[in-house]
Amino acid sequence: MTTRASSAQAGPGQPHETPPAPAQDWPGAEALRPSSEFLRLAQRESGVDIGACYGCKKCSNGCPLSFAMDLHPYQVVRLAQLGQVERLEKCRTIWVCASCQTCLTRCPNQVDLPRFMDWLKERLYKAGGSVEQARTLLFHRLFLAEVKTRGRVFEGSLMARYLIKSGGALGPEALANARLGLAMFKRGRLKLIPAGTKQRRWLKALFKA
Amino acid sequence: MHAARMTNGQEGTREVSYYPGCSLEATARDYAESVAGAAELLGIKLNEVPDWNCCGATAAHSLDHRVTLNLAARNLALAAGRPQPVVVPCALCFNRLKSAQAELMADGAAVIPEIAELGGNYGEAQVVELNSFFSAGWALEKARSLKKRDLTGLKAVCYYGCQGQRPPAITGHPAPENPTGLDRLLKALGAQVLDWPYKTDCCGASHSVPRPDIVHTLVARLYERALAAGANCLVTGCQMCQANLDLYQEQIAQEMGRPVYLPVFYFTELIGLALGHPQAGRWLDRHMTSPRPLLASVGLAL
Repeated sequence: MTTRASSAQAGPGQPHETPPAPAQDWPGAEALRPSSEFLRLAQRESGVDIGACYGCKKCSNGCPLSFAMDLHPYQVVRLAQLGQVERLEKCRTIWVCASCQTCLTRCPNQVDLPRFMDWLKERLYKAGGSVEQARTLLFHRLFLAEVKTRGRVFEGSLMARYLIKSGGALGPEALANARLGLAMFKRGRLKLIPAGTKQRRWLKALFKA
Repeated sequence: MHAARMTNGQEGTREVSYYPGCSLEATARDYAESVAGAAELLGIKLNEVPDWNCCGATAAHSLDHRVTLNLAARNLALAAGRPQPVVVPCALCFNRLKSAQAELMADGAAVIPEIAELGGNYGEAQVVELNSFFSAGWALEKARSLKKRDLTGLKAVCYYGCQGQRPPAITGHPAPENPTGLDRLLKALGAQVLDWPYKTDCCGASHSVPRPDIVHTLVARLYERALAAGANCLVTGCQMCQANLDLYQEQIAQEMGRPVYLPVFYFTELIGLALGHPQAGRWLDRHMTSPRPLLASVGLAL
């Protein structure tokens, strides 16, 4: 109530006063305090104008992956506007997004949500630690390791490494994976010798940092 | 019209640059072989970009923006000064190259010296998705005139997927919600093309490895809608879409609790089939869901 009263006092053309902090009289009150600090950082680093979202939710109505998400795409934007970093960092949505670009295509304000979610993922990945979809991160990491080694991806080695590291080589899916691998091999679709770029100097430079 | 270079001597031969991408070197061998076959039939000389590298795919754009930009920068620089356009059979490679190109043109500061020394010409390459190149007016005319048999009996829904169209600000696609290039090509080849609302819905792409459940859900929706439209096959121009729709069909049908038999053709395979490429049967035998029973049932047996 206090905040509403103080902002109502600001007349036309007058700068709004910073609303006083709400009383900390219920659990979680601190977490609900909006902050624009994170929004400014995210906009600067990702180049995405998150503040331009006015909440039409077209992104979320058209998202084909929303059934597997914990936050709707518009909620990711809203939480970013409010500076709720922790909820974004723990969410599943950013890892489930397939970058299909439907949301961006339909967004009236062209808020590049896939790019913003990439920025969030990169931040988490570089900070280390665990993420909500560990297997997805593992697959991405192994994929990049392939690129780093040869400049191209050798799918056979990528899959083998993934199945070993994720437990898929031993778990309940092991048989199905082996059958699929064999069927593809029979059809000439598993290459045994990896290809790569001839030049490699640029790769060392690119991945050294 | 595409500004493909006409090579001297052979009238109607076009020389373009070709960026195959990593999948076409291995799991999408059927696509690679049929691309080469279809290009040969249509008089297109595919000139591979020398020493091209991986586009980084979903992994790079998810985890390291700097890496994704540099991977594209190297490919774009290598494609400069070579025949244009640069045709790309993989929708994701296409999208990564186009996205990075827009960003590099605005600001190339992220490019490392070892890649910048290739000349820094990131704007010259005209990156074009292979299926839109092959469905341009001249290609349709040529396909019609060289056609050995109509693909009568194939009731096809064309599946375009995501990355070739979206976002239009990057791809320059004129109709991102309802692309028609493959529809026109298939009609030119004599197939019956059916309309359906899932042309550009997502198949889940690389989730097939870490989250197959997601891909199964998305693909089941595609099957349902394709069958509801009365289709007996799907046609695609993306090897990720093809893999997700083809590889797990038996298992997904079991999960759906209904029989599904929908061969998933690459459009290039159908060019080969209609124009009589001698290797077309070999390409199709690399699929998991064999198209042979369907082809036999409609009088198109190989």
